[in-house]
Amino acid sequence: MDNKPLVLSPSPHLRGRNSIKKDMYLVILALLFPTAGAVYFFGFYVLLMVAVSLLSAVLTEYVAKMMRRRPFTLDGSALVTAILFVLVMPPRTPLWIVVVGSVFAVAVAKEMFGGLGHNVFNPALAARAFVTVSFAGALSRWIAPVHSMLADGVATATPLSESFAYTLSKTEMYKALFLGNVGGSAGETSALLILIGGLILIAFRLIKWQVPVFYIGTVALLSLALGQDPLVQILAGGLFLGAFFMATDYVTTPITTKGKVIFAIGAGVLVVLIRTYGSMPEGVCYSILLMNAFTPLIDRHVRPKVFGLVKKTKKEAA
Amino acid sequence: MITHVLEVLGLKRSAGVHPPSHKLGAEAAIERAPLPETVTLPLQQHIGAPAKVLVKTGDEVKVGQVIGEAGGFVSAPIHATISGTVKQLPTVASSVTGKGVPGVIIESDGQDEWIDLSPANPEMLSPSEIIARIKEAGIVGMGGATFPTHVKLSPPPEKPVKVVIVNGAECEPYITADDRLMIEQPERVLSGLAIVMKALSVKRAFIAIEDNKPQAILKMREYVSKGAFPGEVSVCVVPRRYPMGAEKTLIKTILGTEVPEGGLPMDVGALVHNVATLAAVHDAVVLGKPLVERVVSVTGLVKTPKNFLARFGTPASALIELCGGSDASADELIFGGPMMGIAQPSFDTAIIKGTNCILLKKSDIREEHDCVRCGRCVETCPMGLVPLQFVNLVKHEDYEHLADFHINNCVECGACAYGCPANIPLVSYIKVGKLELRKLGVK
Repeated sequence: MDNKPLVLSPSPHLRGRNSIKKDMYLVILALLFPTAGAVYFFGFYVLLMVAVSLLSAVLTEYVAKMMRRRPFTLDGSALVTAILFVLVMPPRTPLWIVVVGSVFAVAVAKEMFGGLGHNVFNPALAARAFVTVSFAGALSRWIAPVHSMLADGVATATPLSESFAYTLSKTEMYKALFLGNVGGSAGETSALLILIGGLILIAFRLIKWQVPVFYIGTVALLSLALGQDPLVQILAGGLFLGAFFMATDYVTTPITTKGKVIFAIGAGVLVVLIRTYGSMPEGVCYSILLMNAFTPLIDRHVRPKVFGLVKKTKKEAA
Repeated sequence: MITHVLEVLGLKRSAGVHPPSHKLGAEAAIERAPLPETVTLPLQQHIGAPAKVLVKTGDEVKVGQVIGEAGGFVSAPIHATISGTVKQLPTVASSVTGKGVPGVIIESDGQDEWIDLSPANPEMLSPSEIIARIKEAGIVGMGGATFPTHVKLSPPPEKPVKVVIVNGAECEPYITADDRLMIEQPERVLSGLAIVMKALSVKRAFIAIEDNKPQAILKMREYVSKGAFPGEVSVCVVPRRYPMGAEKTLIKTILGTEVPEGGLPMDVGALVHNVATLAAVHDAVVLGKPLVERVVSVTGLVKTPKNFLARFGTPASALIELCGGSDASADELIFGGPMMGIAQPSFDTAIIKGTNCILLKKSDIREEHDCVRCGRCVETCPMGLVPLQFVNLVKHEDYEHLADFHINNCVECGACAYGCPANIPLVSYIKVGKLELRKLGVK
């Protein structure tokens, strides 16, 4: 005992069990629900997309880390990005576009900004925006789910586009929208499965319930005020996936709960504005990307209440 | 479970963290450690000016004899803790700062011969006489902060103290010294409390104990109902949550008031004393006994974790031997708890007035990653700070902006670093930041 060298480390000498890897793998676990739904609704091609996306993302991360001379740890963030990217893409996206998007997400949207923790924009959404603008023609093929209740054709319009028409009763339509049995992006259609994944994240305290509640709530209230069907507005499109998995991203959203709520309300307003007055049928992707740009500003001005903060009285200030 | 649900919903403020308790020695009764053959006594065992040495090599000293006189008002005298001969007056490494401080080494004559003690009846003493006895006994805050107690008991007249809070929270994992003291010697603690209440003419006192110490709660309740106090005293069970025992957190939890930033508990009319300090106050005032020993937990990777009543200056190695030695995997020796304690370079380091625990553990040094902005540090900070901001600013050497983010409000509890998934040593960054800010002269 007497001559053994002792380790001198600064306090605290006790560390918790949190790790970035653990957080990321929990997100992947939660993502399994919407991913499984995507495969169920749109067929095994989606699984192929996921595999291609994962492989491209991991390879890109490896190459990027080598070029930046940083250790390659596979912290799981590239996997989360790869899965999310597939879930926000049309279910018959050509594989080469999946590769391009996945590489863009990891290489440009993340590593070029300095890697995980330094990226300004949500990588998966940045990649979606990039490929949508670049390859609009190749991405216009939307298909109906394999077991569709709403339409029996192969090509279909998504519920948010103007050409979409439904033949069933309203209740049936809400049910279909909630369960996910409609056309749309691969992982965005089933509000139920996203909700299950989201509740896992909330239970493990990885995300704040305030974000989806205020985001979805803002969209519901605003669309109601504008005379739209709020249920269709919140259930159709990518709002649920965006609200639970993208607007809650650690890196690209504000750090305080108050800031997160501001972010969520802002994104909700943008969704309705884009959907109602913009040229695109869907606005979740851009609403979050735009709010990502506001995150540093929000963090600058919204801070937690400092313990024992003394407000200077006029006398003292003078 | 209900707490968890409320915390998830954000309906309950969940500042702080819940590290595993590891109270290994909770059932081990306090044992008197055998007298050490030699003691090493640094002349600074407190916050404030170091004591001035009064002995020279070759002097014969008795237990309780003053060997260093207080070096100012905010200072405390140091007493010999064994009887024998002064062997050496070396410079020793402080177990708190790591810096060299003057020290006294005494070799035991094995007699344990005490100076003449002058007992007193606290009923007959005036407040100033009580405070004088506490000052002469060299009593300092024994929860670890080691601020001289007589200074705390002399508040300026414009800041009267109305409430005394007894800190028996012991929120740090592993440590059981205060727990055992409350279970085994409640009358000493409560006698000390009555004396402090009298000295300050305070009519209200709370005894705060974390809910993971049911025996201590029962014992203190029993003795509070039996005892006589100059005011109302109640035992207050507080939830187990680190850093509950931090002075400002404890005041907020019990009184609901926040000590202003940069202020002291007396700014809200409160005073917090650790249970061990109060036991020492009893010894000093009633028995006339100077502070020469304390209860210290020896725990972690030792064969049998124990609680000792040990003289100051006893080397850690001697106490570890009494616990059956340490496990081969232990490579870190900490004085204090694992959250705020200080790693020691040698097993020979001697215990001092503030050493409530000797912890042996396996080091857990992890690779630091980039911050992913998860926000856990913000959520757990008991002081409402944004710890990750300090890391950013220190990394960019932008020290002057640290003040804008209230860095000096940080109590260095380590809750942020405990929960950080990126293993960022936030406390280290904050310590560097505070130091650099002080160099800039910004307040």
